[in-house]
Amino acid sequence: MSTTKAAPAVTAHSVVEPSLRTKRIAGALVILYALITLVPLVWIFLTSIKSPPDSISYPPKILFTPSLEGYCNLFTTRTRQTPDYIAALPPPSGVCDAVTRERNMVIAGPSNFLPRFANSLIIAFGSTFLAVSLGTLAAYGFSRFKVPLADDLLFFILSTRMMPPIAVAIPIYLMYRQLGLSDTALGMMLLYTAVNVSLAVWLLKGFIDEIPREYEEAAMIDGYTRLQAFFKVVLPQATTGIAATAIFCLIFAWNEYAFASLLTSGSAQTAPPFIPTIIGEGGQDWPAVAAGTTIFLVPILVFTILLRKQLLRGITFGAVRK
Amino acid sequence: MAEIRVDHLRKAFGEFVAVQDSSFTVEDGEFLALLGPSGCGKTTTLRMIAGLELPTGGAIHLGGEDVTYKRASERDIAFVFQLFALYPHMNVRKNIGFPLLSQGVPKAEIKRRVEETAKLLQIDHILDKSVSGLAGGDRQRVALGRAIVRRPKCFLMDEPLGTLDAEFRDVMVRELRELHNRIHATTVYVTHDQIEAMAMADKIAVMNHGIIEQFATPREIYNRPASMYVADFIGSPPMNFLRFTAGLPKGARIARIDGADVQMPELRADVAEGELALGVRPEHIRFSDASPLRGAIYGAEYLGTNQIVTVETAGGLVRARLPAERSYRIGDRVGLAFVADRLSLFDCRSGRAVPSVLHEGVLARDTRHREMRDLEAHHG
Repeated sequence: MSTTKAAPAVTAHSVVEPSLRTKRIAGALVILYALITLVPLVWIFLTSIKSPPDSISYPPKILFTPSLEGYCNLFTTRTRQTPDYIAALPPPSGVCDAVTRERNMVIAGPSNFLPRFANSLIIAFGSTFLAVSLGTLAAYGFSRFKVPLADDLLFFILSTRMMPPIAVAIPIYLMYRQLGLSDTALGMMLLYTAVNVSLAVWLLKGFIDEIPREYEEAAMIDGYTRLQAFFKVVLPQATTGIAATAIFCLIFAWNEYAFASLLTSGSAQTAPPFIPTIIGEGGQDWPAVAAGTTIFLVPILVFTILLRKQLLRGITFGAVRK
Repeated sequence: MAEIRVDHLRKAFGEFVAVQDSSFTVEDGEFLALLGPSGCGKTTTLRMIAGLELPTGGAIHLGGEDVTYKRASERDIAFVFQLFALYPHMNVRKNIGFPLLSQGVPKAEIKRRVEETAKLLQIDHILDKSVSGLAGGDRQRVALGRAIVRRPKCFLMDEPLGTLDAEFRDVMVRELRELHNRIHATTVYVTHDQIEAMAMADKIAVMNHGIIEQFATPREIYNRPASMYVADFIGSPPMNFLRFTAGLPKGARIARIDGADVQMPELRADVAEGELALGVRPEHIRFSDASPLRGAIYGAEYLGTNQIVTVETAGGLVRARLPAERSYRIGDRVGLAFVADRLSLFDCRSGRAVPSVLHEGVLARDTRHREMRDLEAHHG
């Protein structure tokens, strides 16, 4: 009798399956952590829909009347006018027109935000594409061929990440000035590609190592060249790894601030160095900065959500087999 | 379909020599099994025929054409991998049609030939399924389908049944042989399983340490093993070796083992004084009270149709395959008698069989090979 009673107790203390209580505590901790990390994001978003006086009021306002002023200010440049001049104008043509006039200003034209945002998109996605393409090919080479001094080369590639990239800012600044790459989208793309390609090679080599060689060998016997086999057989199976690597590369290139502020000022400037400059236009315009930041977060959010399945499988690779 | 001719093939990976100097011919439509333990060079030989490894020396001819250094894709061969290597991102139909796609076969023709092949292998009902959900046997059939759909010059198979469970393996052995009987494809089949090799192959090449120990039909390999290695590797239980020291003249028909005279096939060569081994298959042993060669029963394994009785003799343990009816008591002393004309004599130093009436054909081939090699070495 006693032995049969003891049996369920044993399974309850299973080593493999955590108990319900452990799971609940772990879950609660994860949610708490998620909430803490979300606070700044929520704060940024709330600030973006506050009016400028609300945004700097103390104590901070939790309840306020939402305003689109931040977004209007983000996308426009404005000039100050006398109340008489504004009163003489025809009725406002849109929300932003109306909001701006309340502050005794009129819209003078579009701001630089959209072109800067477009620069960010081009440079970040372009460099991600380059880094992942080069990384995939290099990783395939390291994974499948007998490369002389492969280990040393791989270490050398990794060593480019052993210092903060900004440590080489001055040589790169001088080099870019000589080569005419300063303030060009191409220059920024090349720079981010150079930084990311080491990460891409290392991550992707791990993924490609996991793909059995037999697939390519089968394809080559089936009449395909190695390159065709690579595109038709290896690449489709490396998508998980490629997606995960692309997200990491994109996040770096998208968020990079130091080089962007150093090497770009005009036509190739990306959003990160541009957004803080908004604050100078017409007082402390925190809602406009917050609006810029909020919009800036959207592409990376969308990209990550689209690839989240691959990302989850990607970052647990090796641990969980397909 | 075509004949495969391998001439003095050699492969070294740095210091390690995987294949020493292999020469053999697989006739058009023949089924050859490369048999040996892991690391014996059988898979390397197969991969060189496929073009997945380049040889260090020697030549490979496919249907008369020298393909030694050709790309795998240009050899028009099919390869079945041990783990099948079905493309996981394609369904069954696309997997089978993949080799045809590379040849630029029109879509309608691909569809027709894939369906025809699937019917032959009885997998036409799973054509549109994903390969990842398939059972082992169906995966095997899809891999075979991908191989036969393009009607290649030959089939190369690398332990294709290695991952299947024992029961299903028997089924696939029969299916593979039936398939071969129907399409008569020149086939090279790598395995470490002697039963698979014996059951399917027309010829077997027994390999060890990169050397082909014997290349012959299954019957010949079993009945007239060229070396102690082959005799030991083939057969379950393997051949018994009764070791003794003697020198024997050409024409001798009696070996004196442990004070008892044992009849054997007439020798066709002198044997210098040294350690010899008389090889006896378990089924060529019977118990005879009259026999002077004595031993004590050590154990018995009952197998239903017969039994394996182990006898401890002065020359070591001897296992006999005997009718199942009688039961034996451990410790009983018995006399051992052999079927005289089925015995092999081996020279323990070289491990090779001594030429005798039984082994004549086997050794003729071997010496011819050796003479040719010596001759070439001379000229080279």
